Amino acid sequence: MSDAAQTPTLRVMSRRHAAARTVRYWPWLAALVVSVALPWLFYDWQHSRQAGFVVSMLSQTGMMIIFALSFNMLMGQAGLLSFCHSVLFGLAGYATVHLLNAAGDGDLPVPMELIPLLAGFSGLSFAIVFGYISTKQRSTAFAMITLGIVQLVTSAATMFHHFFGGEGGVKTDRVINNSLFGLDYAQGIQVYYLIVAWMLIAAAGMYFHTMTPLGRMANACRDNHERAQFVGYDPRIVRFQQFALAGFYAGIGGGLYAITYEIVTFDAVAAPLAGNALLMAYIGGATTFFGPVLGAILITVMQSGVSLMSNSWLIYVGVLFIAMVTFAPGGLTGIVLEHAPIARAGLLRRLLVPYLRIALPGLIMLFGFVGLVELLSFLTIGMAQGKKFVLFEQAIDIGGAGPWLVALVCLLGGGFWLTREGARFRQVWNSLIDIARPAEPR
Amino acid sequence: MSPPSLSLSDVTKNFGPTEIIRGVSLTIAAGERHALIGPNGAGKTTLFNLISGRFPITAGEIRLNDTRLDGLPPHRINRLGLSRSFQITSIFHRLSVFENVRCSLLWSRGYRYSFWNALGRQRALNQETERLLEELNLADRRDVQAGLLSYAEQRALEIGMTIAGGAEMILLDEPTAGMSHSETEYAVALIRRVTQGKTLVMVEHDMRVVFDLADTITVLVYGKVIASGPPATIRSNPAVQEAYLGALAA
Repeated sequence: MSDAAQTPTLRVMSRRHAAARTVRYWPWLAALVVSVALPWLFYDWQHSRQAGFVVSMLSQTGMMIIFALSFNMLMGQAGLLSFCHSVLFGLAGYATVHLLNAAGDGDLPVPMELIPLLAGFSGLSFAIVFGYISTKQRSTAFAMITLGIVQLVTSAATMFHHFFGGEGGVKTDRVINNSLFGLDYAQGIQVYYLIVAWMLIAAAGMYFHTMTPLGRMANACRDNHERAQFVGYDPRIVRFQQFALAGFYAGIGGGLYAITYEIVTFDAVAAPLAGNALLMAYIGGATTFFGPVLGAILITVMQSGVSLMSNSWLIYVGVLFIAMVTFAPGGLTGIVLEHAPIARAGLLRRLLVPYLRIALPGLIMLFGFVGLVELLSFLTIGMAQGKKFVLFEQAIDIGGAGPWLVALVCLLGGGFWLTREGARFRQVWNSLIDIARPAEPR
Repeated sequence: MSPPSLSLSDVTKNFGPTEIIRGVSLTIAAGERHALIGPNGAGKTTLFNLISGRFPITAGEIRLNDTRLDGLPPHRINRLGLSRSFQITSIFHRLSVFENVRCSLLWSRGYRYSFWNALGRQRALNQETERLLEELNLADRRDVQAGLLSYAEQRALEIGMTIAGGAEMILLDEPTAGMSHSETEYAVALIRRVTQGKTLVMVEHDMRVVFDLADTITVLVYGKVIASGPPATIRSNPAVQEAYLGALAA
């Protein structure tokens, strides 16, 4: 820049280049700032302590972000639907418990900050073994092999006590008194910051991976594995290496899980956790890199937050998933990205009224649906728990016909109204897209 | 270095009890522009699939120069310098046009399965990709998803991906199928340009393209070679006229 002979255009370009670089880094900086600051927003100043619930929810979110991103290295980026991703996560968790126990006994001179890295390598080793078996195949056959693996390992986890500790799992104490920064990790907030650090490292690593030859060829094999062969690549090796690296990152997540909870049971390897990864990646948006982050946040918040309010939270997650697969296969980020051409054409304002018009019947239908589910749930579980159905600070009489009727009318009426408004919305949307995106030449 | 030659000796392919390729022997000399013609179902595409390793052969021998190709998987054959295109466009449809071409370059530039190189920083690779895009006349479409290209553009990309890796033996399967007259003319010029100094084998139905591009023609009928030679000889060959050209003229 100091060169006086440099032409103005060049200087403008290099300035633009620098600006582009800042733009590239600001989401990471924002993520760092937000994740560091978040627990302090809920700090209990009266008693001078962290809000335990919030810190543990944020910790869970952090490890789930790693888990969902690593799952999407397979599903979104390589087109591999793996049901055994929990196995890589959980086995690394088990390994970490044993590592922590060894470290606590003084047999393993590794500081706490590097334990997640060891967990990553154990995840990588397990992924090499299971990847060798499963990546011989692709698509449906691959998915079925991974389903076999998850069942196999889950049953092994309850059978072989030395490594897995049986039904009760294995326990550890994370206070190993070996830290690069002199921390003892007795407090949840310290563990949370360890998670934040590793989450950012892992996410940056996985993001970098998407821009490497292997990462790109994983996309290529997803799109057309046959053509990949005819440009010189063996798709099987691409799948295998992608699987192994995804296992490395899942292992980091599993290690953080073990550190946080100090216990790992067979739940950590079992299929429902792999199903969670699928939910997170899909709801957030598997077609973009950052989609699973959004999904992980949403699902964890629902898991910890909504589950406090309602027994039926899993039903809502399920319905959300089905709705996403049906109406928005690109997930939440996909929905946002679809607006890009319309926004570029400056037509976003024209969508405001149509959105309000579908929001109203949508909310009414949602209200009816949630009402029915909650009424049903209170009829059985809630009554057994002796809870009262409270809505807008009013106790609802679940025995009377009124609430049921209101909920049913809202559900059906709202639904009917929504289908009509939905059709109109689609018309507006299509007409805007037609204006925004000039017709492709045929 | 001169481009490679390809020789098939007594190649047979059965699908179940059905013989599709019935003992094909054929030599494609170094630097030749060879057209493979024949009626539908003659086995032209199957022959390409055998040469490129997509299907295993039942009997016989295929050699690229002195290297045996039969029994090798497609990616190994490709690494030996034999590249093919597909009759039904076969691209990475969700990747951008730029990525499609770059992916086709990666192996030949020695990147293998690297997960430590940042693609954005590989200046030579990216410049070569841009150069190829210019050559294919796709430079202004570089960031478009390949699946959204027009048909003719996809065909151009298909050819580009085939030649990108620098293979010296190029097999093109009906490169101009389904194109309009002007698109065909453009495609022929493109093929001529990008296969300069290489050995070219192509399956083609458009006789104008065949007589325009090829210096040797082989006629395949029901899995057998019935004639092979320069265009003039083929045109006047009575067996060919009866089996193929005659049928078209009638």
